[in-house]
Formats: sequence, C-alpha cells, structure tokens
Amino acid sequence: MKILVCISSVPDTTAKINFTADGKEFDKNGVQFVINPHDEFSLTKAVQLQETQGATVTVVTVGDVSVEPVMRKALAIGANDAIRVNADARDGFFVATQIAKVAKEGGYDIVLTGKESIDYNGGEVPGFVAGILDYGFVNGCVGLKVEGNAVEAIREIDGGKETVSVQFPVVIAGQKGLVEETELRIPNMRGIMAARTKPLSVVEAEQTSSNLKVVGYEKPASRGNVTLIDKDNVGELVRLLHEEAKVI
Amino acid sequence: MSILVYAESAADGHFKKAALEAVSYAKSIADKAGDTVTAVAINATESSDALYKYGANKVLKITNDALKNFSPNAYAKVLNELKDGDTIVLPATNDASSFAPLLALKSSSTLVTNLIAAPSNVSPFTAERKAFSGKGIETIEVTEGAKVLTVLQNAFGLKENPVSGSEEAVNVSVSEADAKEKVTQVQQASSDKIDLKEAEIVVSGGRGMKGPENWGMIEELAKLLGAATASSKPVADIGWRPHSEHVGQTGKAISPKLYIAIGISGAIQHLAGVNSSKTIVVINSDAEAPFFKSADYGIVGDAFEVVPKLIEEVKKYKGV
Ligand SMILES: Cc1cc2nc3c(=O)[nH]c(=O)nc-3n(C[C@H](O)[C@H](O)[C@H](O)COP(=O)(O)OP(=O)(O)OC[C@H]3O[C@@H](n4cnc5c(N)ncnc54)[C@H](O)[C@@H]3O)c2cc1C
Ligand SMILES: Nc1ncnc2c1ncn2[C@@H]1O[C@H](COP(=O)(O)O)[C@@H](O)[C@H]1O
Repeated sequence: MKILVCISSVPDTTAKINFTADGKEFDKNGVQFVINPHDEFSLTKAVQLQETQGATVTVVTVGDVSVEPVMRKALAIGANDAIRVNADARDGFFVATQIAKVAKEGGYDIVLTGKESIDYNGGEVPGFVAGILDYGFVNGCVGLKVEGNAVEAIREIDGGKETVSVQFPVVIAGQKGLVEETELRIPNMRGIMAARTKPLSVVEAEQTSSNLKVVGYEKPASRGNVTLIDKDNVGELVRLLHEEAKVI
Repeated sequence: MSILVYAESAADGHFKKAALEAVSYAKSIADKAGDTVTAVAINATESSDALYKYGANKVLKITNDALKNFSPNAYAKVLNELKDGDTIVLPATNDASSFAPLLALKSSSTLVTNLIAAPSNVSPFTAERKAFSGKGIETIEVTEGAKVLTVLQNAFGLKENPVSGSEEAVNVSVSEADAKEKVTQVQQASSDKIDLKEAEIVVSGGRGMKGPENWGMIEELAKLLGAATASSKPVADIGWRPHSEHVGQTGKAISPKLYIAIGISGAIQHLAGVNSSKTIVVINSDAEAPFFKSADYGIVGDAFEVVPKLIEEVKKYKGV
C-alpha cells in the first residue's frame, strides 16, 4: 500500500497575521511555519498504517525551499520519503495539478490531505486532485480503515456522520478525529536524526493558467471596547443584548 | 442566462438555512448583472416557496434515488448538466464544499470558496472571502470566464427578496454508477438539535466548566435562547463534549449573531474560529482572561453563580 500525504506549510496557529504595507501579500516576517494542523492528523494516520499494515508513506509539498524544515518534521514523525514540487503555491488548482501529477506517476493508492489549509482556507486541493485524476473522494474524514484494496471512511456531515466505502485509488481529506489528539506525535531525537538522511527529492512544476487574481488583504475590523457588567446585575446583560446589540 | 444555485436540503427534506443564504447571495449577483436565479433542489420535500422568498425565479426539482446518498462526483455531474450561465453558487456546507472543486473542473470554471460579502463588482467578479482562519479578509477577482462560488454560512446572511417563481420537475442522467463512493451507514443526530454552523446564537463552554456533569446549565441556557452548544478544544479532547462541538482554528469556524463564551480563556486558536461572530459575550472568573479583549460584553464572575442568574433573567425576558 502506497500513501501520499499532502502537507501544507502554514503560519503557526499563534502567529499574528500581518499584510505588507500595500496590502497585496501576507507578510511572512517573523512568522514560524508549521505542518497544517489538519494535515498532522492525516500524517499520523498514514504513519499508523505504515506501522500496522506495512504502508509506505511519502509526503509531498508544493513550495519553495523555505518549506523544507516543515517537510523534515514530517519525515521525523515517520514518513519514508518526501517530494517537494518547487514552485510558489499560487492557488488551489495549481497546487492540485502538481499533486495529481506526483500521485499518478508514483501510483499511490491513497492520497491523504487535510480538509483545509488554515492560511488561505480554500478547502480546494483535495477535491481538485480527486477530480483531475478521477479518483474516489471522501472529504472531512474523522475515521479511516483500510481493508484489501478499499477504504472505509467515516465522514462528518452537517449534523452527523456517515460511513463510506471506496475502492483504491482514493483521495481522503482528514481532520481531527481521523486520529485522536493524543495520538499525534512529537518528533523524538531518533526521528529527527533519521529525517536528516531520508530522501527529499525536488521536482519542477507544471504550469497552469488561472483567471483568479488576488486584489489584496485586509484585517477584519476590530471590536470596540468591552462593556463590563456587574455579576450581581445580570439582568442588565439581557437588556443590552436586546436593546443595544439587538441579538435576542 | 441565469445564476444557478444549489438549494441543499437536510435529511428531513427541508432546505438548509445555508441554502437560503446561497439563494440570497445568487440574487445579489443577479440583480447587479441583470440575470435571473435558478435554484436546484435535490430530493427536497419542502415547498419551493422558501426559495422564491429569497429571490429564486425558477426551481428545478429533482427526485432521484441515485442521489439519496451523497457522492461528490454524482452531485457535480448533476449541477454541471443543469447550468445555463457562467455562475454557479453553492452554500459552504460539508457536502457542497466537497463537490465544488469537481464541479469547477467539469464546468471549466474558476473556484472561489468561502465568500463572506456580496461582490463589489460583478464584471469582473470581485468579492471578499475568508482567509487566515478569520484573521484576514482576502479580496479576489475572477478576471474572466465561468465561476463556481461557495458562500460561507452566517456571513452574507439571509436577505428576503420575494419573487413569484415557478417550479419545474427535471430528470437528470445520473445513476448509482456515477458514485465511486458507497455510503454504507448514516448516523444523523436527533433532528431537534440546531446545527452549529447555522445557529444564530451559540452558547459555548470551556475548561472553566470543570466537568461534563456541569453542562446542564449550558444546555438549559442554549435551549432558552434557541441556541446551539459548542466547546473549546480541550473540552472535546478530554471527552467532556463531542468533537463535532469543538470550535476554533482546528475545529468548526462559526459566525453566529451572538456567541456566549463561558469559562473559556480566549486563546488565539479559539478566537480564530469565533471572532467573526457579530456580538460576543464572555463570562470568566479571571478579569485578566484574554477573551475580554475580544468581547463586546463581559461579566467577571464564577460561571456557577453567573450562569444560573443569567438563565433566570432570560426566562424573565422571554416570559417563561
Ligand atoms: C495547533 C493548535 C490548535 C488549537 N486549536 C484550537 C481550537 O480550534 N479551538 C480551541 O478552543 N482551542 C484550540 N487550541 C487550544 C488553545 O490554545 C487553548 O489551549 C484552549 O482554547 C483553551 O481552552 P479553554 O479556554 O477551555 O481552557 P483554559 O485555557 O484552561 O481556560 C479556562 C478558563 O476558564 C476560566 N474559569 C475557570 N474557572 C471558572 C469559573 N468557575 N467560572 C468562570 N470561568 C472560569 C479561567 O479563568 C480560564 O480563563 C489549539 C492549540 C494548538 C496548539
Ligand atoms: N502547497 C501545498 N502542498 C502540499 N499540499 C497542500 C498544499 N496546499 C494544500 N495542500 C493540501 O490540501 C489540503 C487542503 O488545502 P486547501 O485547499 O489549500 O485548503 C491541505 O490540508 C493539504 O493537505
């Protein structure tokens, strides 16, 4: 069983988000990058399948050389090897085109992604990869079992869950629940040492055309000052919510 | 030409609020572009009146057993078959977000997800979308060609725009074979639960609630307000509440009209998922809790004292 895990390198969840003075770009200055949290669940699941069912795990990231430390972390967590597609991750379709090519050429049975990257919040890449390759697709997975040449995936639906069975090859977009929080792995010394010598190959990107243009970024308007209400005067809160905020 | 919009219905056949918001959004584009709105309803049982109310001129009704279970590929195929213009609007629900990229590929469209505001311009299409988990707003432009758009719940919102619409039953050429995914089991939560992403009011508890046995008051307050319940991440991780209630950067992102946070410190990852709520109320015993800086109203006090009082006051206000 061959698994390809797609890792997006994103600003640390505690990072303050700033944009360049012209508002055209995200300002990376002073920002730490980490494995996209949703991808961490998928990566851990893949490493578990490696340990229990003999899968081989390759990670792929579309990005410039600055994403390599994040890829090494994925190797330290247990992936066998890594592929970096050398290009700026311009948009979801572009990224998916690169991943689809890697997935097809490598003959992977399962392409595991996160459900969304926490930077651009596209939620586009996994569906695009499935569409480009005409693979089965399950989004928002909170459980996964592999039996023979098929997966049984549990997917979150609005207001519930459903179990879906799909033949290989398949694209699975995971989130928290795919493995439990407590199963996530922090790289240990042995893993970190081993990761240094694991293969990380670099391939060049395919070009795609796009009709999507980013005009610019803004920060959301900040809230005014908090109105504090005395804990012995809770009725006042109800009054304000009704009369001032008009939300009840 | 018309704007096609997917009016998603819930398992019980009713249109989801997200579907009505998507119709409202489609109508806002149609008005600017001089187009009409055509809604697609798949296996819905509710009358189309709800869709006319928000501006759908025409409703295409599909009743098809092959679409009873969701398959991204089959749904994308149906929507692609029915389009007759260059714009398709979808709600940003789990299902529609899943088939949106497939539909964009099939219809050679540009995909724009998680839109939060009406377009400032329809040609070229220019609008704001969510980015950086709510810590940023991205303005994009689709320079030319067809587009598939998804609209974030509770962001653009519902806008009534009644039109006298009409209904048409349509057949689509879709079969079980179009689905690569076979649904073998569905577990639906009880239908009286309010969907967290659609809820107008959310009452949320954190580690300050001390244990799952204390959620009774959270639920009572929520019930009184017609609200959904939510929790911080650690609360879901320890198993006090189900994962599906976890809100924040790694859980669900929500933007209700009113978010009431009880015993939650207000960590940046939590805020990322809730800071687009219209009004935020924080109840915390620690006056230094960071959440107060991102709140509209705050009460410094012990939840076990304040929440029962709040329940009494809401009862008084509601006259129950
Ligand atoms: C990668 C990553 C992703 C994360 N994603 C999320 C996410 O999506 N969502 C999320 O919520 N967190 C997330 N977190 C965790 C986040 O950093 C915080 O740890 C978490 O939000 C804290 O939860 P809490 O406020 O319930 O608990 P605590 O931080 O323990 O706060 C409890 C609060 O309750 C108050 N309190 C105590 N007793 C009482 C009382 N009797 N009455 C009233 N108040 C009381 C305390 O003053 C305190 O402010 C993430 C963390 C990481 C590293
Ligand atoms: N640049 C990238 N390289 C590799 N995988 C990516 C990249 N961007 C996104 N992905 C994957 O696609 C998922 C969804 O991302 P997105 O469509 O950007 O929200 C992520 O969770 C990753 O698994």
